[in-house]
Amino acid sequence: MVDFTTVENLIKGTLTDAVVKVTDLTGTQDHLGIMIISDAFEGKILIQQHQMIMDILKEKLHSNEIHAVQLKTLTKEKAKAQGLLES
Amino acid sequence: MSDDNNPFNILGSDKVPQQGGQAIQEENKSGDLNERIKNLINSSKIFLFMKGNPQMPQCGFSANVVGILNAMNANYKTFDILTDMDIRQGVKEFSNWPTYPQLYVNGQLIGGNDIIMEMYEAGELSEVLK
Repeated sequence: MVDFTTVENLIKGTLTDAVVKVTDLTGTQDHLGIMIISDAFEGKILIQQHQMIMDILKEKLHSNEIHAVQLKTLTKEKAKAQGLLES
Repeated sequence: MSDDNNPFNILGSDKVPQQGGQAIQEENKSGDLNERIKNLINSSKIFLFMKGNPQMPQCGFSANVVGILNAMNANYKTFDILTDMDIRQGVKEFSNWPTYPQLYVNGQLIGGNDIIMEMYEAGELSEVLK
């Protein structure tokens, strides 16, 4: 179980421009859906984008505070195109 | 009648559908673990580490990726990580990716189920598999 603000701040600590939205997938606060919008993803393939986030969350996953995550990573341009970020 | 308006041509090509992926086993289990992993990945342009085999996947996520690859008429090889604990642990460290399945194209990790699904739905996967 983990505090969502902690997760948000953890990600923003590395990706300073990131917009982060954490969703509780199971109601147990340990299966998280996390959407991250950041221009740090520019020019990287999806797996590399996910790996950046997994690296940041590594300790929380190892300690099992977070049991599983589902990620959605987007650049700001992509997020705007999908209507997930106001332009 | 061209393939474009043939209603049975669901794959969008005139190719004969593949039989699906081919599960392989290691010929030589001695030697460095990283070398063994590289040999597996390089045995096919499209390579999948999965639980079970394409005919009988042992996990829903593996089954899903197999289904997508088959739907795309891909020619690929697979390795069942449940049959070898060294490989199962080693690949996770090799790729810095903690879960299975793992799909490789030209030796590079493309993703697991989530990423493959997302790329497939966005129509980006066919480009990668080319």
